[in-house]
Amino acid sequence: MLTAVFFYLFAVLAIGSATMVIVARNPVHAVLFLILTFFNAAGLFILLGAEFLAMLLVIVYVGAVAVLFLFVVMMLDVDFAELRAGFINNAPIGLIVAGIVLIELVALFVTGAAGGLPASIPVPAPGVETLTNTEQIGRVLYTKYVYFFQAAGLVLLVAMIGAIVLTLRHRDGVKRQSIAAQNARTPATGLEVIKVPSGGSVFPASEGPR
Amino acid sequence: MDQLLTDYLPLAVFIGVSLAFMGILMLAPFLVAVKNPDPEKVSAYECGFNAFDDARMKFDVRFYLVAILFIIFDLEVAFLFPWAVVFKDIGVYGFWSMMLFLGVLTVGFIYEWRKGALEWD
Amino acid sequence: METLAAFAPALPEIILAAGAMVFLMLGVFSADNARTGVFIGWLTVLLMAGVAIMIGTGGAERVELFDGAFVVDAFSRFCKVLILGAAAVSLMLSFGYFERERIMKFEIPVLALLSTVGMFMMVSANDLISLYLGLELMSLALYVLAAVHRDSLRSSESGLKYFVLGALSSGMLLYGASLIYGFTGTTSFTALASTLQAGEAAQNLGLIVGLVFLLVGLAFKISAVPFHMWTPDVYEGAPTPVTAFFAGAPKVAAMALLLRVLHDAFPGMLFQWQQIIVFLSVASMLLGSFAAIGQTSIKRLMAFSSIANVGFILIGLAAGTQYGVSSVLIYLAIYVVMTLGSFAVVLAMRRANEMDETIGSLAGLSQTNLPLAVAFAALLFSLAGIPPLAGFFAKFYVLDAAIKAGLTPLAIIGVLASVVGAFYYLRLVKIMFFDAPGEAFTQAEPAVRWVFTLSALLVTFYVVYPAFLLDAAGTAARALVP
Repeated sequence: MLTAVFFYLFAVLAIGSATMVIVARNPVHAVLFLILTFFNAAGLFILLGAEFLAMLLVIVYVGAVAVLFLFVVMMLDVDFAELRAGFINNAPIGLIVAGIVLIELVALFVTGAAGGLPASIPVPAPGVETLTNTEQIGRVLYTKYVYFFQAAGLVLLVAMIGAIVLTLRHRDGVKRQSIAAQNARTPATGLEVIKVPSGGSVFPASEGPR
Repeated sequence: MDQLLTDYLPLAVFIGVSLAFMGILMLAPFLVAVKNPDPEKVSAYECGFNAFDDARMKFDVRFYLVAILFIIFDLEVAFLFPWAVVFKDIGVYGFWSMMLFLGVLTVGFIYEWRKGALEWD
Repeated sequence: METLAAFAPALPEIILAAGAMVFLMLGVFSADNARTGVFIGWLTVLLMAGVAIMIGTGGAERVELFDGAFVVDAFSRFCKVLILGAAAVSLMLSFGYFERERIMKFEIPVLALLSTVGMFMMVSANDLISLYLGLELMSLALYVLAAVHRDSLRSSESGLKYFVLGALSSGMLLYGASLIYGFTGTTSFTALASTLQAGEAAQNLGLIVGLVFLLVGLAFKISAVPFHMWTPDVYEGAPTPVTAFFAGAPKVAAMALLLRVLHDAFPGMLFQWQQIIVFLSVASMLLGSFAAIGQTSIKRLMAFSSIANVGFILIGLAAGTQYGVSSVLIYLAIYVVMTLGSFAVVLAMRRANEMDETIGSLAGLSQTNLPLAVAFAALLFSLAGIPPLAGFFAKFYVLDAAIKAGLTPLAIIGVLASVVGAFYYLRLVKIMFFDAPGEAFTQAEPAVRWVFTLSALLVTFYVVYPAFLLDAAGTAARALVP
């Protein structure tokens, strides 16, 4: 009963804030609503007993992805009013598509979901209930699913290379600090004693007469 | 399942209390504050002269690079949590599987360091 | 406790991934210039060739690894060799172009290598999760490659378009995969196949919707109509050698993945997926053939040509038989040769440092550069499916497979589409041989000349010794469909 109350609370809030993401006038507000959506999804995960995923959602999506979205929103000089005009024009088509998908899903649950499938959906192995959610994931992720784990590592590597290839630009004419070179300076390399003739002028040997 | 919810009862109470306080604090000014606006009073104040332009300005693309590199390492750390929890159960195999994963990302890290992606200019 | 030797079947993937990381380190600790890039590029090509030899000479019995998530068999061996060949050749084509455009970086071959690892994972996938991870690894690297010319508006645009539509298709694929998992309780292909053996299970509507979404996601990747809209823009906007890369290896990988999913995981739902594949096939052939007629850019024309070819390949898949699978593999091999040859020709279309990719610039090529014109003509005749060139046999096998599987109407549509297709291929030949010549093209670099010469020879003389390809494809198909 209590579970149902929380489920409907989180679900309604998630759908409501997801709607606000696309109708909010101000893009920054849209991102903030997105964060609210993430929080509610995390709440749904907790109701499912997937606490680790819920925390991950908060840490990674709210903590990092949403911040990235904010950067992108602020970085782009997009005329959002103009974009919105496009949204209004395309809205009918989008609504039709969404409507069809909705009807299909409803049809699915009304007619199809009942029939046919085996009762072979695996139940968790006995004894698993005593473990916490994080332990259950840890038990399989690094051993049984090692292939997926390493593949995820490669995907992250590609993301890293891609981000640098596409966005890193070195500016010319920037003088960077080289601490090693600074520490390696000795009086012999850094200091030059010059005898100045009276009435004459001298230049450091490293620069020469200009 | 309700066992799970009772586990989170303190959190629920906490959220409830903070929501209530937030509501009161937001509602109170509407009820008690003096409202007497005029255009000059509500306009942006910028040392006495008119505002030059929008306060929201374009960010440098370099913020984006920093943010995306942060996300990648954030994810990497997220993978470390369950590993640390079950470290004693998964044995040598699990240990080396994590070392390999970290090795791949260390290669990436060396790459971005040498590339100068961690420097601002 | 497993020993390291147990991982031997995955050695090609491990070598490629380790190689990518070694090259990355090598590149980042060398001077940051184009020479490093070309050096790493050739190292990559060498590594790919070495791994191809290793796979080609290795055993072909079916081995499952990593708790059944990864499978190696004769089918994966065939596809992997083909992928490596396509990737290595398109890399070789790219160096001269990237150097001239001053965008040669060592990251380009490294990303191509990592995306090849992703393709290997796709070909060897035996689980919905490995399918998805392989697909993402490949696609992520490809998005970056499409936008690698970051000072060019069109390259950035094509990368962005590819990324947004690719993300959409990944979303659909994941939605389908989650429905399939939800209704069957498993992600493993082997378990799916045994669950769905019962006729009743395959009728489940939720499962069918899941399968449809999965197919939609994959149809995006192979650019089958009606999920093709990104193809012309991405092909046109991306740097030409990257386009050549896109048209070769990823197509093979995605098609192999489609074969693997449908035959390994859903053999019990043949009736359900056959309809979808037939529709995709007909739509792709017709749209690819008709839309190509009005094109003025040769890269856009190649994009529509690849869409039409995907339609033909899907005919073989729709047959759903062992012969169908082997015809698809033969078609893929011949298609890769023809496409890479054609892109080598496109890369040769350059005056001084100016690429000219309009069809009009080919006018009178036979008088200014006869070898190029003859080679391109051979490739075009082959693409048009004129006997006795290789392209004819490719089309013949898939149509034959369809007829034997009782899909005669599909085969007839295929023949009609190929007649329409022949029109625009032959129009190019006419422009090259009978129009008034324009200014001559600059001599192309050796790698480009080698590629178009060799591929023209291969398609011309395929008929002399077809047994090699037929045997290899037959063995591979037997591994997939017993």
